Amino acid sequence: MAKTLPKVDVVTVGVGWTGGILAAELAKDGMKVVGLERGKERSTEDYLHGHDELRYALRYELMQDTSKETLTFRNNRKQRALPMRQLGSFLLGENLGGAGVHWNGQTYRFFPYDFEIKSMTEKKYGKGKIKDGYFVQDWGITYDELEPYYDQFEKACGISGEENPMAGKRSNPYPTPPMKSTRSLDKFTKATKDLGYKPYRIPSANLSEPYKNQYGMQINACQYCAFCERFGCEYGAKSDPVISVIPAAKESGNYEIRYHSNVTEIIYDGNKVTGVKYVDVQSGEEFIQPAEVVALTSYVMNNVKFLLMSNIGKKYDPKTGKGVVGRSYCYQILPGATGFYEEEQFNTFMGAGALGTSINDFYGDNFDHSDLDFIHGGVVSITQTGKRPIANNPTPPDTPRWGKEFKNNSIKYYTRTLTIGSQGASLPYKENFLDLDPTYKDAYGLPLLRMTYNFTQQDKNLQKYITKKAAEISEKMGASKTVPNPELTDYSIVPYQTTHNTGGAIMGADPNSSVVNNYLQHWNAENLFVVGASAFAHNGGVNPTDTVGALAYRAAEGIKKYRKNGGSLV
Amino acid sequence: MSEQEKYSRRDFLKKSGYAAGGVVGGGLIASLITMQVMEDDPKTKNSQTNGGSEDQFNDAFMFFTNRDDFRVLASSCERIFPEDENGPGAIKLGVPFFIDHQLAGPWGNNTKEYMQGPFYKGEPTQGYQSRMNRGEIFRVGIKKLKEKAQSDYEKSFQELSAEEQDKILTAFENDDVKISGTTSAEFFEMMRAATIEGVYADPMYSGNRNMEGWKMKQFPGAQMSYIGKIESDKFVDIEPQSLHSMLNK
Ligand SMILES: Cc1cc2nc3c(=O)[nH]c(=O)nc-3n(C[C@H](O)[C@H](O)[C@H](O)COP(=O)(O)OP(=O)(O)OC[C@H]3O[C@@H](n4cnc5c(N)ncnc54)[C@H](O)[C@@H]3O)c2cc1C
Ligand code: SF4
Repeated sequence: MAKTLPKVDVVTVGVGWTGGILAAELAKDGMKVVGLERGKERSTEDYLHGHDELRYALRYELMQDTSKETLTFRNNRKQRALPMRQLGSFLLGENLGGAGVHWNGQTYRFFPYDFEIKSMTEKKYGKGKIKDGYFVQDWGITYDELEPYYDQFEKACGISGEENPMAGKRSNPYPTPPMKSTRSLDKFTKATKDLGYKPYRIPSANLSEPYKNQYGMQINACQYCAFCERFGCEYGAKSDPVISVIPAAKESGNYEIRYHSNVTEIIYDGNKVTGVKYVDVQSGEEFIQPAEVVALTSYVMNNVKFLLMSNIGKKYDPKTGKGVVGRSYCYQILPGATGFYEEEQFNTFMGAGALGTSINDFYGDNFDHSDLDFIHGGVVSITQTGKRPIANNPTPPDTPRWGKEFKNNSIKYYTRTLTIGSQGASLPYKENFLDLDPTYKDAYGLPLLRMTYNFTQQDKNLQKYITKKAAEISEKMGASKTVPNPELTDYSIVPYQTTHNTGGAIMGADPNSSVVNNYLQHWNAENLFVVGASAFAHNGGVNPTDTVGALAYRAAEGIKKYRKNGGSLV
Repeated sequence: MSEQEKYSRRDFLKKSGYAAGGVVGGGLIASLITMQVMEDDPKTKNSQTNGGSEDQFNDAFMFFTNRDDFRVLASSCERIFPEDENGPGAIKLGVPFFIDHQLAGPWGNNTKEYMQGPFYKGEPTQGYQSRMNRGEIFRVGIKKLKEKAQSDYEKSFQELSAEEQDKILTAFENDDVKISGTTSAEFFEMMRAATIEGVYADPMYSGNRNMEGWKMKQFPGAQMSYIGKIESDKFVDIEPQSLHSMLNK
């Protein structure tokens, strides 16, 4: 029998960026907040001996233990979904701070276009431009409405950046100036300017200088140590939930984190939620934590899994196209090109997770789509995140994959390649969705989430177009040989792509086509807030976490309002 | 690359008995190196790449149980990453011991991976679906390499020429060999990946001896900070450093 604990104001399921932001905002406001985290506690001291590519980058030291929980995957409904037995395509977070500890820190805003994509597209190109089967829709909030929340998140992180001439309007400049530049970044800047584009430095959570945020938390200056993406920062220089927001929540005296606490159920009475059930994974004891407000802050996968398991909201049915929970799962695509340099050698082994320069000339509707067979686009960038030697063995095409020639070329080109990369926006499609797997179970006997996903025709067309642009930039930079990324075939769960999964519990203005309103309050349970990229109505062409953070601040405001007035907030 | 480093690399090759630019990495030579690693007294032999005459206490088996299997692995790794004018190959870098130790640990036992059934053969896009763990896959894979050498050439794998070994490995890579419970391509990919890991992982894992893997690639290892160098216009050659040396920093 599960033991029932005293009721609290708010319980969050998971303590990453979203759980941490809610805790800081709500505990400071006087609410009793409990954070349930399935993993362990950790802090900056734990990363001092962390410059170990094998352990952290390849054996996934900081990430989800898939022996306990994973998901199943298939490319389409006709296939049998099979478990993702090891991490690959994306690297799910676990332990205090979630994936916010091992992220890169590239902190872009989405663009005004993203939030009103449907209206803007139809207005300019007519109704036929959005093809059948794509659930492209406005988000129920505009960029201008979300701007103050972006501002709060960027202040919490101390983002280092500079004005991007093509982005939405900012109410304040970035809290800290951009990071240092490098020779390869300078080459990109010059080439893109020569081509008539507008380069700017990637907004970064690896800070260019020491900074104190609105909670009085200190974030230090980045050392460009190159063990950043997939690693924790031993300097406390990469903004993460553990240094930026969680200590503020703790200081209030109103916050308690329970580690090794794996939530197994959201308790729903058909009208409201009353709390959550969890298991202490070390003792095996079960508890019920009643709460006035439950916030799902467990990342896209589990946010959606909980809604499906507890039957909250109408499940998406791909046969009829009806229902919303699990619909609009999106990912991203990676157009780009690699330049091989015979004459020049670069310090590519140095760097930082968010060190780079970008252009937005091919983002959203910044270029004319009249004659193009896709909408949207993506950021195009050069980054210098620190190439490590096991994972980086670039060789010109036709080099064998092993043996003498492989050895020679992979050594030679390790410091002689520069990649122009892009993150292509991803649009919801009727056949791409999340539901519960009928066969496979997690360590607690609960069904695994099942992902049905493949790249769409829109993705393939976008990939081709942006890849061409990236290759032109690479050539302009003076590469001896430029190798464009291949055309898209089937999505594979195996190689790493991005941890930019979105959708499944999307926000919107209409309960018939969304799961949560623009405060991330569930349409079918007014005291349930579903916070994270699960709320994205589509995925934009830049990294998601600035928007995730902004939506978490928005949800925090919603919860404060709800605790005062109750009822639906819209 | 600095002149000095070029020199020491050539020097190294001379000392190790294989002329720079000469034919290295032949199967016979690879098996000779294997014999050195395996059969000579480690106290006197391994010293070139281990940088001293200290005992290498961890040059011993944690996973393998017989020398013959280990030699087949060692010869295969050497074909994947052979000694050449750039520097040492997999064997001198300690890669076979790296793999042995990895197979004995969480990676070889798939500790952090979902290993519950039912098991089905999946699409390539669905990844690892074998009911065997990596240790078991290496066992059956190496057994198959041995059988294939016998059936194709009536010799042991280590006795084959480099070309013959490559032919067999290529057949594995192309999935032309049947193995129950896994595929030859899956085994080959795993061995290829583990070989590269052993070349470049921190030397504490028993590969990348004396950081020679890093030196070849001009990767400086575990440095604390590049803040003073990140803006440099030129390529910066830095003496590598391992995690061991960060212990007291
Ligand atoms: C390698 C990598 C690089 C990235 N780089 C960038 C980048 O440069 N820019 C960017 O914008 N984004 C980046 N991201 C994405 C970013 O990390 C995520 O968007 C962000 O961390 C999401 O925050 P979250 O709070 O929604 O989820 P998470 O950080 O995943 O936190 C969820 C937490 O919930 C816990 N949890 C889950 N289920 C349960 C349960 N049942 N019971 C209890 N606890 C549970 C988890 O253990 C975890 O701690 C990157 C991600 C990765 C992996
Ligand atoms: S690159 Fe900078 S922010 Fe990233 S881990 Fe190193 S010091 Fe920290």
